Amino acid sequence: MNPLMQLKNIEVVLEKRKILEIETLDINCGEILTILGPTGSGKSTILKLLAFLIKPQQGEIFWQGQQVHFPAPLSVRRLISMTFQEPLPFQGTVFENVAYGLRIRGVKGKELKRKVEEALELLGIEHLKNHSARRISGGEAQRMALARALVFHPLLLLLDEPLASLDPLTKDKLKPELYRILKQIGMTCVYVTHDQEEAYFFSDRIAVLDQGKILQVGNKERVFFKPSNAKVAKFVGTENLIPAVVCSQENNLVSLKAGDKTLEAIAPFPPGKKVIACIRPEEITLKKDGVALERVSARNQLPGTITSLDSFGPVTKATLDCGFTLKVLITRRSVFDLNLKPGDFVVATFKATAVHVFSEDEGGANDQL
Amino acid sequence: MFLSLEVSGLAILIAVILGIPFGVFLGLHRFPGRNLIVTLVNTGMGFPPVVVGLFVFLLLARSGPLGSFNLLYTPWAMIIAQIIIALPLVVGVTMAGIQSIEEKLKYQILALGASGFQYLLKLLKEGQLIILSALAAGFGSIISEVGAVMMVGGNIKGQTRVLTTAIVLETRQGEYSLAIALGLILLLIALLLNLLFTYLQQRRLS
Repeated sequence: MNPLMQLKNIEVVLEKRKILEIETLDINCGEILTILGPTGSGKSTILKLLAFLIKPQQGEIFWQGQQVHFPAPLSVRRLISMTFQEPLPFQGTVFENVAYGLRIRGVKGKELKRKVEEALELLGIEHLKNHSARRISGGEAQRMALARALVFHPLLLLLDEPLASLDPLTKDKLKPELYRILKQIGMTCVYVTHDQEEAYFFSDRIAVLDQGKILQVGNKERVFFKPSNAKVAKFVGTENLIPAVVCSQENNLVSLKAGDKTLEAIAPFPPGKKVIACIRPEEITLKKDGVALERVSARNQLPGTITSLDSFGPVTKATLDCGFTLKVLITRRSVFDLNLKPGDFVVATFKATAVHVFSEDEGGANDQL
Repeated sequence: MFLSLEVSGLAILIAVILGIPFGVFLGLHRFPGRNLIVTLVNTGMGFPPVVVGLFVFLLLARSGPLGSFNLLYTPWAMIIAQIIIALPLVVGVTMAGIQSIEEKLKYQILALGASGFQYLLKLLKEGQLIILSALAAGFGSIISEVGAVMMVGGNIKGQTRVLTTAIVLETRQGEYSLAIALGLILLLIALLLNLLFTYLQQRRLS
């Protein structure tokens, strides 16, 4: 089956600066594809491109297998809908805002009323329909913007950081609800965010974008736990990137020399290969030295000194000096139970499978998995 | 009194029909020479009406380029002068109104599937507060204007005598009570119109 939409060899240049350079990007029917990247990486530009709001200087855009030329026909544009980070209410009531997409499509009377009410109900804001759209709270306004974008049943929904401007409580409430709605109606969706947690939560697939280029695109598990290079690893929260050299290989089990320490990992690299070992901070557990180590399945046990403990409420980030810096995420409970303090001598343990290894010279590989 | 309303009403109507599309165009597009046009519009907004009167007079005078139409000292001459006074105001404020709409809101309208025409209508609707005040200001300035209409209309009784020119005449003749009465009528018209515009504006806000 053809992807719903395809970008090929796209280049967007703004004021002589290359904003976007994409070889290929597919959007498959029914999937939620997240575009994850830092501010200024060109995320919003991709969405505008997909909504046919801007024209690329080069490249081709395909909609259901057919190339679309600019200006894009209204019949295609009307199958796509988009919301922005801010709710951008129009003048008038919430009802009138949500009705706009239907009115311009010629829907009237009872049908209009029914569809608007359905959309308001879906987003849980039917009680606000007669309120002025500019006098409701941020969370409510974002729900209104989503209802306004969904009311005419688009085939593709583009969401530009829909939760970024909300306070944490409102965000936590809307986040699972939005996911449920998108999955319930089987919406094909491109979701732009700079937040890795949000990306993992919403996505089927993730595309990591940096400086206008896609560094990696693939299944979310793969992008998060098998990043293809150091930049991607950093974006998805793998804080431990340790340069190492393969010293021995047996089947797929390799020993890596990192400083004066040895790490064991699963990787297909031959001895002598320079690599980077990445370990997610939540994959590591700490044991206090002196406490008898049980026989653990974790093959890696690195002694080190705690240099700092930064508490983020429920979790604490410990920074260890093991000859190289190692960041470890531990629960508040463990900090108390182990009575951890900076300066303490501890042993960091993690499994060989928790270490993801890629070659040091790895470029931006695209695995369409 | 009715002639005042008719002349200024028709003038503002024509100024709106010409000025709003032009203002929208200037507000949305960037092109070479745009800055020059914007400067001209801004200058026009502060142009002395009496100079406009002189200009229209010269244009319509029998020996002028449009002299053959015999429009001088007719209501049409006054309408033309008032259009020229009101037009830059309507263009300038419409342009500002459209430009004041957030860029993202413009994208949002298109991203919901608006056609080109529906997009322009929605922009005018979103910018209508500012555009309504442009209308109020434009109408207020031309209905109370005296110099230009006096020059090109000639203040002919029953033909081109409007409220403002009548007030000037009656005051000069020492008919103060009549002048004051006419002045009150003019004030009343201005007040009623402003009430109407304010009502329209505030209704949109609430």
